[in-house]
Amino acid sequence: MCLAVPGKVVEIDRSISPVMGKVDFGGVRKDVCLDWVPDVHLGDYVIVHVGFAISTLDENEAKETLRLIGEIEWDDGREESEFRKE
Amino acid sequence: MRFVDEYRDGKFASFYAESIRSLVTKPWSIMEICGGQTHSIVKYGIETLLPDEITLVHGPGCPVCVTPLEMIDRAIAIAERSEVLFTSFGDMLRVPGTQSDLLTVKANGGSVRIVYSPLDALRLAREHPEKEVVFFAVGFETTAPANAMAVIEAHRTGIRNFSVLCSQVLVPPAVEAILGTPSHNIRGLLAAGHVCTVMGFNEYLPIASRYQIPIVVTGFEPVDILQGIFMTVKQLEEGRAVVENQYSRVVRPDGNIPARELLNEVFEVTDRTWRGIGEIPQSGLRLRKKFADFDAERRFQVDAIRSVESPDCIAGAVLCGLKRPYECPAFGSKCTPEHPLGAPMVSSEGSCAAYFQYGRSGHEKVA
Repeated sequence: MCLAVPGKVVEIDRSISPVMGKVDFGGVRKDVCLDWVPDVHLGDYVIVHVGFAISTLDENEAKETLRLIGEIEWDDGREESEFRKE
Repeated sequence: MRFVDEYRDGKFASFYAESIRSLVTKPWSIMEICGGQTHSIVKYGIETLLPDEITLVHGPGCPVCVTPLEMIDRAIAIAERSEVLFTSFGDMLRVPGTQSDLLTVKANGGSVRIVYSPLDALRLAREHPEKEVVFFAVGFETTAPANAMAVIEAHRTGIRNFSVLCSQVLVPPAVEAILGTPSHNIRGLLAAGHVCTVMGFNEYLPIASRYQIPIVVTGFEPVDILQGIFMTVKQLEEGRAVVENQYSRVVRPDGNIPARELLNEVFEVTDRTWRGIGEIPQSGLRLRKKFADFDAERRFQVDAIRSVESPDCIAGAVLCGLKRPYECPAFGSKCTPEHPLGAPMVSSEGSCAAYFQYGRSGHEKVA
């Protein structure tokens, strides 16, 4: 029930109330209410629950979560730092 | 997918599993509160990665599971009315009432629709002015603001043929009810990341202090959960009991303020019965007087229904973390997702459904 999924904001319509937009979930686009993320920009990632964006993803914090793991080696030759650049 | 795949990476997961192993010196029981976390734990076999000292206890964080039987029976009675178009999240349709469920009402010709968002229910009310559209407003704090938005919008735009059957619950009072039970042996808590996304985590500070228990706000992917367990074990081994935030890429200390404001505008706190647990004071939400016209219970006076639980179902003990699903004699035989006796076998967040779906029987621990 509390399932919420990250997606990328691809459209914002501030002319209507509540503010609506479209969010891309790996290729699937859904109408999403953006009223509670007033500072959101196109290209930002938001967490969406039952059609509402409830938070904007903080990229720096996302990297910090994985930073602690350090410089581990990847099977495919990538380095941990590549994730940080994405 | 970005912000998902990284947190399902086996190397990161192994790193935290190993870190937990090297840190732990004593046995600790840790409860994950949210059913979404329970599903990740069972799905990804996280318990098999943990050392023997760590026991995960599954909490009551499944709104579908704790919605009282009386409320399910009331929903069925309303959905059976010919003038009603009943809308709900899909999980609720199979939840067994005393004699029937919402899916059976639909199969018998009743107007019952699954919606993705409360705003979809409101749209149906606009499109079907000849119908009374009722939305089954269940959920924790994560969902309450969305339900509130549907009510506010109905109020603002003058949609009169819309109402909500409200059965919303709050996490912190349930946590306190469990921690206040003398028989529990829970030493650490993983707080539900998406509830805290809306509410923040300040209300957990006094709980951590009062019960001297570490609380780590935790996400839902396997690496999130392993990191949350690692942070909890670290506190336990160091003798600390504070609130920490593993899910900081999403959760801010004060939560989502506009969503909280909307929640408070529409709802007020009330006592609420939790299925399988009983009444917990101040653990639910109801519509404020200003919005009473949108209260489906008031609009459709449903006669008193005699609700009777299945005597074979041990859902209450499962929801409190006292029993594992496979300890129920009915598990997988008399009770399956197709023919559930209790709600935890139905919901996508229910512990019983998770154990059934991923074939867990309690004998997998190989670590």
